[in-house]
Amino acid sequence: MLGSFAVLRKQSLLGDAISHAALPGIAIAFLITGTKETNVLLIGALVSGLLGAFWIRGITKRTHLKSDTALGLILSIFFGFGMLLLTYIQKLPNANQSGLDKFLFGQAATLLARDVWFMASVTFVCLVVLLLFWKEFKILLFDADYAKTLGFNIQLIDILITSFIVIAIVLGLQTVGVVLMSAMLLAPAAAARQWTNSLGIMVVLAAFFGASSGVIGTAISASQNNLSTGPVIVLVAAVFVGFSFIFSPSRGLLFRQIRFIQNRKDLELHKTLAFMFEIVKSHENISHPHAVKILNNFHGYTRKSLGKLERKEYINVSGSMWSMTPKGYHFAANLYNQQGNENE
Amino acid sequence: MESQKIAIAVDDLTVAYNYKPVLWDIDLAIPEGVLMAIVGPNGAGKSTLIKSILGIIEPIAGSVSIYGKPYDKQRKLVGYVPQKGSVDWDFPTTALDVVMMGTYGKLGWIKRPGKSERKTALESLEKVGMLSFKDRQINQLSGGQQQRVFLARALAQDADIYFMDEPFQGVDATTEITIINILKELRKAGKTVVVVHHDLQTVPEYFDWVTFLNVKKIATGPVKEIFNDDNLTKTYGINYKVSVQK
Repeated sequence: MLGSFAVLRKQSLLGDAISHAALPGIAIAFLITGTKETNVLLIGALVSGLLGAFWIRGITKRTHLKSDTALGLILSIFFGFGMLLLTYIQKLPNANQSGLDKFLFGQAATLLARDVWFMASVTFVCLVVLLLFWKEFKILLFDADYAKTLGFNIQLIDILITSFIVIAIVLGLQTVGVVLMSAMLLAPAAAARQWTNSLGIMVVLAAFFGASSGVIGTAISASQNNLSTGPVIVLVAAVFVGFSFIFSPSRGLLFRQIRFIQNRKDLELHKTLAFMFEIVKSHENISHPHAVKILNNFHGYTRKSLGKLERKEYINVSGSMWSMTPKGYHFAANLYNQQGNENE
Repeated sequence: MESQKIAIAVDDLTVAYNYKPVLWDIDLAIPEGVLMAIVGPNGAGKSTLIKSILGIIEPIAGSVSIYGKPYDKQRKLVGYVPQKGSVDWDFPTTALDVVMMGTYGKLGWIKRPGKSERKTALESLEKVGMLSFKDRQINQLSGGQQQRVFLARALAQDADIYFMDEPFQGVDATTEITIINILKELRKAGKTVVVVHHDLQTVPEYFDWVTFLNVKKIATGPVKEIFNDDNLTKTYGINYKVSVQK
């Protein structure tokens, strides 16, 4: 859901950076408290995730570095630091690292009912805020400068959006882990973008795709032995994306190809029809029959295309003669006008 | 013309990127009800001037007042048409939606646009001749149509002062005529309009006030008095001759 905003801000990698940035937070939280209590670790993740996110913002604003450079920088620094801490923890006598490991690749199986309720309530809060500030989010995404001239505090909106992205990521960490989290954030949004041109529908669809991949992924991994849930969920989300890329009616590859072929065929028929029109025009009676052979010196003509034109009732074919119907005459007469209008 | 109120007053405005001044000590007093063009070569700071007046760019010195009060308190009186290229036109939204954004400022935080905002937006679209495109996806509009949508959005703000950043850039004849007619209507309604403009030939025809800018302010005043070869040469640095039809 919140991924829609990341995608539209062209900060798709933000999710990746933040989820990696959360890792040292988890490790530090463990080092300080010594517990493997999920909530404590998540708070650590939240703090370092936010820190990473706002450093990225700071770097992009204050230096000449582009945002992808800043993202890459923060991602590797935080992740490196996190890994360092993890190996350190591993060598400590009082801990086996396995409890922290789950945040790397996620382990949906370790989720407790309590965790799920917690996630649901946070999601609900996000939803309410999203609905309240819908207008503000939208205008910031589309035209931040303009929003500023209207008197909106764009920094505040920006911080709000970024914070919610961080929260969403940190919550997802438990399920799919640091490495795959960005896919979880972006895949549903990318899939949803293919289907709609409305921001509202896009967000709803993204939420639906995300939830479905969660459910389907869990179901698959539960029915098969030894398949860890996180990766399966991400793969299901990827299937959604692939499907959307190919089959979406307006932006999909398949329908674009079909439309392309369709247009080309139509164009050929129109060419033939236009040629016939030129002939027919010189006769007073439009349904005056002509020999099919006349068309021979014209390339666009085949038996098949004549058949098609006949089926559309533009012409009548009898034996080796053809004649134009009033409908066909009218259509052909408007053929060029129409094109002229469209080009305007 | 003598007793005109000053709509926009700019005082000592200076903007710099990395120590290099982009705008240097600009003073402007723009009277109410004029159609003013800002002209100058590329890199003269024309867009920067507009953006720093609007607070999009932070100036290092100077102040801006609108009708005698600081700009911050007068934002609702000011409409803005940004450069067309400044946004991502693949954003999932419709022409009407974009125009509705013009009403957001008056709505303020959280409140949602309702029927009256929708009506305002539709009227604005009609004024720029785009009503039949209201549900069109914005990435399916031509460049000129996108520019008209931006203009409609500013009209929906129902402001007293308008800033437009190169509205004539790369638009077709239909759009240019539409924009000119809107500008004239705005002037008739007593609004003040400031336009960053590139085509020197059309300045005397479209505008009644002009500012020559090249980092520093070269000259500002009525087109009839100051739009001459002397100021053009000073601004563009080469011996410039245009045939000015008066």
